[in-house]
Amino acid sequence: MAVQPAMPRSWRRESKPHKFCPGCGHGIALKALGQAIDELGIQDRVVFGCDIGCSLLTWDFFNVDTVQTHHGRTTPVMTGIKRANPNLICIAYMGDGGGYAIGAQHLVNAAGRNEKITVILVNNTQYAMTGGQMAPTTLPGQKTETTPYGRDVELTGFPTQGPEMVAAITPEGAYVARGTVSKIRQLQKMYVRALLNQIEGRGFSFVETLATCPTNWRTNAEKTWAFLEKQMPEYFRVGELKVPLTTEGAEEA
Amino acid sequence: MAGVPVPGDKRVFMTGNEVVAYAAVAARADIMYGYPITPQNEVMHYWTRLAPKYEKRFLQTEDELSAGFTTIGGVMAGRKAFTATAGPGNVLMQEPMAMAEMMRLPVVVVIMQRGGPSTATVIYSQQEVILTTFGGNGEGFRIVYSTATHQELYDYTIKAFNTAWRYRFPVFLLADGYQAKMREPLTIYDPLERGIELIAPEAYLGRPGTPGVDRPPGHFRNTYSTEEELYEVLQGHVREYERIWREVEEYESLGTEDTDLLIIAHGVVARAAKQAVEYLRGEGLKVGYFRPVTLRPMPVDALREAVSRTKRFMVVESAYGQLSKLVRDALYGLAVEMVPLYKPGVGVTPEEIMARSRELIVKGES
Amino acid sequence: MKTKNGLTKIVIAGEGGQGVQAVAEILAEAAYEEGRQALYIPNFGVEQRGGVSVAFLQIGDRSIGAPKFETADIVVALSGRALLRTRQYVGPQTTLIYDDLAEVKDEEMPRQAAQILSIPAVETSKKELHPRVFNVMILGAVIAATGVVTLDDAKKALEIRLGHKFEQDPKLRELNYRALERGVELLEQVMRGGKEHSGALRAYH
Repeated sequence: MAVQPAMPRSWRRESKPHKFCPGCGHGIALKALGQAIDELGIQDRVVFGCDIGCSLLTWDFFNVDTVQTHHGRTTPVMTGIKRANPNLICIAYMGDGGGYAIGAQHLVNAAGRNEKITVILVNNTQYAMTGGQMAPTTLPGQKTETTPYGRDVELTGFPTQGPEMVAAITPEGAYVARGTVSKIRQLQKMYVRALLNQIEGRGFSFVETLATCPTNWRTNAEKTWAFLEKQMPEYFRVGELKVPLTTEGAEEA
Repeated sequence: MAGVPVPGDKRVFMTGNEVVAYAAVAARADIMYGYPITPQNEVMHYWTRLAPKYEKRFLQTEDELSAGFTTIGGVMAGRKAFTATAGPGNVLMQEPMAMAEMMRLPVVVVIMQRGGPSTATVIYSQQEVILTTFGGNGEGFRIVYSTATHQELYDYTIKAFNTAWRYRFPVFLLADGYQAKMREPLTIYDPLERGIELIAPEAYLGRPGTPGVDRPPGHFRNTYSTEEELYEVLQGHVREYERIWREVEEYESLGTEDTDLLIIAHGVVARAAKQAVEYLRGEGLKVGYFRPVTLRPMPVDALREAVSRTKRFMVVESAYGQLSKLVRDALYGLAVEMVPLYKPGVGVTPEEIMARSRELIVKGES
Repeated sequence: MKTKNGLTKIVIAGEGGQGVQAVAEILAEAAYEEGRQALYIPNFGVEQRGGVSVAFLQIGDRSIGAPKFETADIVVALSGRALLRTRQYVGPQTTLIYDDLAEVKDEEMPRQAAQILSIPAVETSKKELHPRVFNVMILGAVIAATGVVTLDDAKKALEIRLGHKFEQDPKLRELNYRALERGVELLEQVMRGGKEHSGALRAYH
């Protein structure tokens, strides 16, 4: 019998292999999330919401109740669910475009109200599903379909500092971190803490997750990982930015 | 279980916004999500005052997109959830309502129409008819009740929740700024005491058991990979919408048997039309009145029947031909002359309907 | 005032803050408490404060149809701007009441009115009473002009609305009642053609 790679219990086998491109960071992020759900034993209480963009491919990914919403609107849908049934554990899963551009007002206000939901935002520095356009997170000089000569910060600004913004606007009790798919154990731990923060009713929890997109970056394996591990952290510092006092020791960057 | 504000029937004198809030409590609505916009604000004001007394909840959102999408979240969690908006807010509301339409979600939305296009006036219009019946990138699989009196605002708010949860299409209560702000008497009551069944909500998400172990997971989506897959889903919606059409459609008519002129109006304008028709009939003129109560689905058969018995008909509305578009669509193939009386963004008086009717009848006789 | 089908149509307009909506509301409530039919609708601009505020009110014995009407039985205009805004509702059967301090050009006066009465409401409330009960005086004038509700019912409606304040300060009740009665007097005075304030009547009829 062939040895199967370990699959989180909360993953739905019938929808695997998943639909992401080879080398895509979503698979790793979702593995860390699956393991976090398993570790906490909350599969029966989780409601998973996915956005538009590549994140929508997760609509049948888990053996948990799932809603696929509109672009940017996963935050309010999860907010509505949580407000109507606080016993559920709501995870809003989205990309950088969904969270920082079209759904920015929802992210900002949910954070400000300290909604007891968990937002996981996958940052791969561009709009992947639509073919690789510039996103709020595109690095200076980075080539995309709408910045073919590289992102000119004079014209289009600098990459959005999402967790820094969320940390600044959330009240006490919020959990804010930036993880990366290159450190899956740390990432899983962040997801666990983010979910625990919601379960314990402390406040909003937010984990930006740096992820790869070799398809649109047009990179080979080596360059993909170099971009993730060297170039992205120049603008996006990995680590916990805000940890409620009741949570034990902050995670090292 | 929390009760209702007034056990037994009670005669009250209220604004329409207040009526809606009381009716939502009586309908056992659980939660309202809302964003301020005139002229619907007092729906939220009264709801937030009533809510804690009856174990209800409220969330003020960051915009109408969020109000609509949180309402979707509320119904998916198995609660009777609703929102209220108007004008530019109704425009934003169409994005979440397209999702509700695709996913057959029983949301209830109260619309208090204001002047348009754009910011226009906060006062009144009937210019959100096309938006409310066919807004969004969809096919208008929704139910739209157009109310005319405060009694109807109360009755149809209660009905809207039942219709939504029975048929699982988004339901709109289409009123206007006049109805929102005016005061008139009505009787409020507990529907349960009157023997009106209240359809219980059901959770889409978070049902008992572990998904994939004790039960299949609920995977709810509005995205499809192929044309054929979407087509099949939509065919299901079409069949269901057509099946319920005649169960849901409602209208009111007066003296439509054999007329020289049939006056068609909806909502608050129908009050002026009915008043005019009653007066003209008193003068011995052969004038009839037809009012669709549901603008979606349109009571097509009854409308065609009434129009086929008249020499000509006049569509009266506080818009530039929005009701008329729906009416003409329903009447396709009937060769009866139509006369418009369009007053976009302003109220219509019985006097002007009477004046125009007399002109038409005199002209028709000559 | 006897009107067609026992229905009285009233328009009351003033500057924002003059309290015209409260006058209409109290009248509507008083009529409703008497078991009559009433429909009251405020008309408003984008501004919450300032600008002209107009109240439309219908009181009758049968259920009321359209909220909007073309001509009123009585139009009360408490400022020049309010008169300009509401003169469209003045027809040959309409009684127009306006405040004598309202600045209105001669050619702007809707002469088609059945009756035009000017009353010194602003001045009287300032001199004899208190500006905050100005609108209660107007309420009295409207009641005197129309007879749509009795003075007692108007007092009851005031009690419903302001009872909690009257409890704290009984003088306030007295002030309000006095304003109501003074409003009635002002109108009766001009209707009798009293010397001081019947100028408008003579000028236009």
